[in-house]
Amino acid sequence: MFSKLQKIKESILEFFIRGSGILIILFVVLIFLFLLKDSLFFFKSYPLKDFFTQKKWLPISEPPSFGIIPLLLGSIYVTFFAIIICVPLGMGCAMFIAEVAPSFLRNILKSFVEILAAIPSVVLGFIGIVWLGPLVKKIFSIPTGMCGFTGSLLLAFMALPTIISISEDALRSVPYTYKEAAFGLGATKWQTLWRVILPAASSGIIAAIMLGIGRVIGETMVVMMVTGNSPIIPSSILEPLRTLTATIASEMGETVRGGLHYFALFSVGLILFIITFIINFLADLFLHRSKK
Amino acid sequence: MVEPLIKIINLSAYFGNLCVLKNLNIEIYKNEILGIIGPANSGKTTFLRALNRLNYLQANYHQKGKILLEGKDIREIKDSILRKKIGIVFALPQVLPMSIYENVAYGPKVHGLRKREHLDSIVEEALKKAYLWEEVKDRLHTPANKLSGGQQQRLCIARVLAVEPEVILYDEPCSGLDPISTAKIEEAMRVLQENYTQILVTNNTKQAARVTQRCAFFLMGELIESNATSILFTSPEDKRTDDYIRGRFG
Repeated sequence: MFSKLQKIKESILEFFIRGSGILIILFVVLIFLFLLKDSLFFFKSYPLKDFFTQKKWLPISEPPSFGIIPLLLGSIYVTFFAIIICVPLGMGCAMFIAEVAPSFLRNILKSFVEILAAIPSVVLGFIGIVWLGPLVKKIFSIPTGMCGFTGSLLLAFMALPTIISISEDALRSVPYTYKEAAFGLGATKWQTLWRVILPAASSGIIAAIMLGIGRVIGETMVVMMVTGNSPIIPSSILEPLRTLTATIASEMGETVRGGLHYFALFSVGLILFIITFIINFLADLFLHRSKK
Repeated sequence: MVEPLIKIINLSAYFGNLCVLKNLNIEIYKNEILGIIGPANSGKTTFLRALNRLNYLQANYHQKGKILLEGKDIREIKDSILRKKIGIVFALPQVLPMSIYENVAYGPKVHGLRKREHLDSIVEEALKKAYLWEEVKDRLHTPANKLSGGQQQRLCIARVLAVEPEVILYDEPCSGLDPISTAKIEEAMRVLQENYTQILVTNNTKQAARVTQRCAFFLMGELIESNATSILFTSPEDKRTDDYIRGRFG
């Protein structure tokens, strides 16, 4: 009797766990299909070629022009500069935490990094509008501080915790024996870090950077608040621009449900989904290679 | 009387409050192979690592007493210079995650050597001295971790030789190796004796008897006795040494 009850209990538990696992896959597939379906509606009435070659995003002019290039470039610009800023900073911080800092400082730093990750993006956006934007405007003497660079700075800030904690893990998982061997040959702390530990941790570090990029490219609130929201092809990072994410978020409210503009935004979403998917996939690839 | 190359005076070593070496006095002479034997936890490895200050990688380590290298206190020598002079081969082969060539060239590069031809000749020479050249000369640029355990350990010896040390420390270098690899390493040690001073920590008393000229017996952090190997193994002064060598404990 008891064993039968036990068996039922276990099979329910197993069913539940298996169900949760499958559900996650199902969700991703469904989201993809959902985006794909609405995008196909869009491409039925708007040529795919124009979507990728038109240089203007004018959804409400007559006839409308849905060129994704300005938005794509906006995202690429902001992401590129954010990565340029946060990778050296994050790597430096990770190296300091993993190899240099005494243990009490390491614990303090790690908890601060976690707090950094917990700051809501809208708060950062707020800081961007009130303080960072005007500062950028003053420093570069440009007409407005609401530009790509301000967004890059804030996004760099947001990607830091991801990059720091994952690359710190990678650095710390380098076998202690490597360090001993290098020190035993008379290498200094820096030579060991630079020539032995960094190369050994490189795939984990690349994965960290990829995940950081994924975080930056998908971020919406901050870029919508501080990048100036103008969907034109930016000629420099110091000009207002608009990213893929900000476009969807700011225009979705104004569209007619089921209209061409509505479906166009889904296509933008699909492109974004594909980009982040590829980035996460690459990150995973590197992460697994480092475990081997 | 010859001046010793290394002179250790009243050396005591601690990890936190735990005393692992107690008031040690021993001298090491040029071009000899000194064996250090003793059961586990008797401070052999700590003693070895005290010589090139590797113990200081542990945060809670501290020591008292003096270690003189050619009459000079090693505390006055920079770590990187000291470790160049006194190289170490660890118990488990610690190859770095790079090619065979890069592993050997790493040490000289760290010490500022850049010239390609010069590095090439150093690598070849070091590998030859470690009895490894013939086995790897055609695949110098393949990853070093593809080598067998015995080859990896000889690679580690070559790596130490490449920085041209005066003293080589071995920390149970054959503990994980088969008899043939062990024989090759012992052969390398015998040949190296001509130019280097070597200190061998080993759990294998027979190995100590085979390759060393002098031997020291450690027990619980104390140096019980040291003497010429032939004397220590045939007529030890201390009963505990006798017991250990005859395999009554340890």
